[in-house]
Amino acid sequence: MIAADDRVSARTRIVLAEVVRRESDSEHPRTEHPRTELAEQTRVGEALVRGLVRAQLSLALRLWLVVAVGLGGLPWLFAIAPSVSRITVLGVHLPWVLLGVLSFPFLVLVGWAYVRLAERNEQDFTDLIQRPER
Amino acid sequence: MGNGYVAPAIVAVTLITIGIGFYGLRLARTTSDFLVASRAVSPTWNAAAIGGEYLSAASFLGVAGLILKHGVDVLWYPVGFAAGYLALLLFVAAPLRRSGAFTLPDFCELRLGSRRLRTLATAFVIFIGWLYLVPQLQGAGLTMATLTGSPYPLGALLVAAVVTANVALGGMRAITFVQAFQYWLKLTALAVPAIFLVLQWQADARPAVTPPEGPTFRTATTVVVDHPATLTLPDGQLRQVRPGDELTFAAGQPVPDVAGAATDPADWLLPSTGADEQGLFTTYSLIIATFLGTMGLPHVLARFYTNPDGAAARRSTLVVLALVGAFYLLPTVYGALGRIYTPHLLLTGETDAVVLLLPGAALGAGTTGRLLAALVAAGAFAAFLSTSSGLLTSVAGVISTDVLGRGSVRGFRLATVLAGSVPTVFALNVSGLEVSQVVGLAFAVAASSFCPLLVLGIWWRGLTARGAAVGVLVGGGAAAGAVLVTVLGPPLTGWPAALLAQPAAWTVPLAFTVMVAVSTATRRRVPTDVGTTMLRLHAPEALR
Repeated sequence: MIAADDRVSARTRIVLAEVVRRESDSEHPRTEHPRTELAEQTRVGEALVRGLVRAQLSLALRLWLVVAVGLGGLPWLFAIAPSVSRITVLGVHLPWVLLGVLSFPFLVLVGWAYVRLAERNEQDFTDLIQRPER
Repeated sequence: MGNGYVAPAIVAVTLITIGIGFYGLRLARTTSDFLVASRAVSPTWNAAAIGGEYLSAASFLGVAGLILKHGVDVLWYPVGFAAGYLALLLFVAAPLRRSGAFTLPDFCELRLGSRRLRTLATAFVIFIGWLYLVPQLQGAGLTMATLTGSPYPLGALLVAAVVTANVALGGMRAITFVQAFQYWLKLTALAVPAIFLVLQWQADARPAVTPPEGPTFRTATTVVVDHPATLTLPDGQLRQVRPGDELTFAAGQPVPDVAGAATDPADWLLPSTGADEQGLFTTYSLIIATFLGTMGLPHVLARFYTNPDGAAARRSTLVVLALVGAFYLLPTVYGALGRIYTPHLLLTGETDAVVLLLPGAALGAGTTGRLLAALVAAGAFAAFLSTSSGLLTSVAGVISTDVLGRGSVRGFRLATVLAGSVPTVFALNVSGLEVSQVVGLAFAVAASSFCPLLVLGIWWRGLTARGAAVGVLVGGGAAAGAVLVTVLGPPLTGWPAALLAQPAAWTVPLAFTVMVAVSTATRRRVPTDVGTTMLRLHAPEALR
């Protein structure tokens, strides 16, 4: 599902350069233009949206990978190295500590990081669209 | 069982639920109020409501029971139930809210513009909703039977009636307040007794959770057998027991081995090892089902429309993740202490009752023990009421708009009665199913049908209506088939049993593959307005 968007990756920046050039030529008030591009689904607008979707998806996939390795690796680890399961922390076996207690703050932490980074992506996108005239 | 506080506690929870429902009724005026609470609920309230709706009988009773019985391997249930919200946050929350769809079928039509796909999604929403409602009602019946000695159908009917009436009269607006209240009630009802239990355990000089000789009876216990079983006595003798048999054990005597329960301390305490390939497959399959199934549960998604916008949906999902995670710290305490104070449940197989019986067993028949037992019972009822309400609201929502075909308040009420009666009939007639098993199967079906549909629909422009429909049919169909064979079919052993009992590890990849392959083959049918839809799903609120 990522492959489908790959072909735009190289083009995005060139198109954005066009946006800036064209708009500095234009006599219209600045902020209206890119929004219209977005709404009217011109090639420029579409490329902008594709860029945002790609950024958000790759962010989500990267953080998902963190969880897949961090939690998903545990059954495999316990299976190939049973001695790990026998380690005790304050009298409690490690698998119980990891799964029963630490997994929950870990998930919240990843979620918190995602919300921050996703909002930053959106802020960057908004700034790009509403950039004041130079 | 002679605890005079239990019945009043259950009645109080039920009355408060109805009371808040009527308070909400005064505010509910339009169809939009009914279905999505007018989208005017604050993020914190909404997060508590989502959490309250999500923590079902399986979470409140089932998880602790599973831990008591199987030990560390089933800790993946609570971890997966919480991680499901992370998947939802990462891949679905904000875009789904921005799509402006009311229900899953709405999303299908909005994204792919196909009425037939909409109908298919409707069928799956109803199937998953009912599959999830039956164990809730069963749990209610078992709780009432365990605590008050009432006949099994009474609890199931009571919850079904209260929930149906409340949803039909108040809709989701009322439900939002009810659910938020019930989250906090459920958390309190597990947390307060847990503190007392741990203190009692300290006072008892911290008896070992896993003594080397296996679980033992702390007090003289008489066990009445409900199901036929084969026991392995400590001296190695086998003994067949039949329903109605009474077994008496003296204090300090070890609990006999029962086929199916992990009585060997090492099995319970340590994860399955590499030698057990089926065990490892089952664990990973469970992880996939719970991590990816949450986003496909109809009642979970319905909640997202009550957020004002995409950014708020993301933030309230994060709060939900924290609330749900905090809750899931508690069942482990009950499961572990249950090994010490209620080992007879291993013998009777009624491990789902551990949360209900543990306060009385550990703290004795004094006022504290009885009050805490009543609190736990109230929490259990809150769990049945809230999850059933949410499920019923979503199932009734799709029935009223997609099956009855009218969006009126009256149609919604009719649909609620319809949606509530079918699972009630099932719950009254099928009492042999395990609560957590059925819930796990509902997750597997959701992960194999709606998860690929949502993830690909939100992130991949190339999805076509035909690809989505074939993927849902093949993946969801395979999972649903596995469910039916597991529940109704002959008992299986070895790999076929593992593949069918936890199907997600093969049905989820199957659904994704089929969806992508068929969409690619029907590339020319990609909706022409896909660019506009993508903009709508992903553009930040500041640009609207």
